[in-house]
Amino acid sequence: MKKKWYDYLWIVSLTYLILGFFNILFAWLGLLCFFIPLLISVIGGTKGYCNRYCGRGQLFSLLGGRFGLSRRHDVPRWMKSKWFRYGFLIFFFAMFFLMLWNTYLVFAGASSLRQVVTLLWTFKLPWQWAYHGTLFHPGVAQFAFGFYSVMLTSTVLGLVTMVLFKPRSWCIYCPMGTMTQLICKVRNR
Amino acid sequence: MTTTKRVPKKASVSQRDCVACGCCVKVCPLGAISIDRGIQAVVDWAKCVGCGKCARECPASVIEIREVEG
Repeated sequence: MKKKWYDYLWIVSLTYLILGFFNILFAWLGLLCFFIPLLISVIGGTKGYCNRYCGRGQLFSLLGGRFGLSRRHDVPRWMKSKWFRYGFLIFFFAMFFLMLWNTYLVFAGASSLRQVVTLLWTFKLPWQWAYHGTLFHPGVAQFAFGFYSVMLTSTVLGLVTMVLFKPRSWCIYCPMGTMTQLICKVRNR
Repeated sequence: MTTTKRVPKKASVSQRDCVACGCCVKVCPLGAISIDRGIQAVVDWAKCVGCGKCARECPASVIEIREVEG
């Protein structure tokens, strides 16, 4: 099968993660991974993003498949249950809104900018070396730190399940995947 | 002499658990799988030869290669 341009989007995903180590403001670009799949599902009624364009999925496929970094075991049954998938979606969004709230507090002047990336919603990693000031409000940078935390956390989770189970195990509980499937279900009822 | 009828094997998706990620579509050498309206994977049994590539690829392991009565 001949490769298409969109089979190389894993390079974009990898570049995104690397850029966050140099200038945190690049984290804003990650919003594309939120809006493109949503628009495709809302307008087109398909999971075209997952099926074709998801660079993260391709990255897991490549590392777990071609590079053999996956045990290729079946995922446990609970992990593909509706409870876990929708539960994780709700948890992920709760954490996402908490992050938006923290951003709001910085914009409102109620709290000051925290130059940390929070991994797995718990571990605060000092990240000041990727912050060189912003032309805009510090809140803009706070969102970048928060959003990069979301992206890094989900990548780490995806890598762990890639190693333990099949390469693209992340796709089973990916909140964007669950949400776009839900949108498609409602839309195509 | 007894004649044994050969029952073809095909890929069968457990549609309740399918997350419609499309990993199977990418590996199918015959282009026999498609994602139906973003909800689940559907196998065209007229094209499927039961090679099992999709079953191995499926992250949720919800594709089974089983005998189907034509």
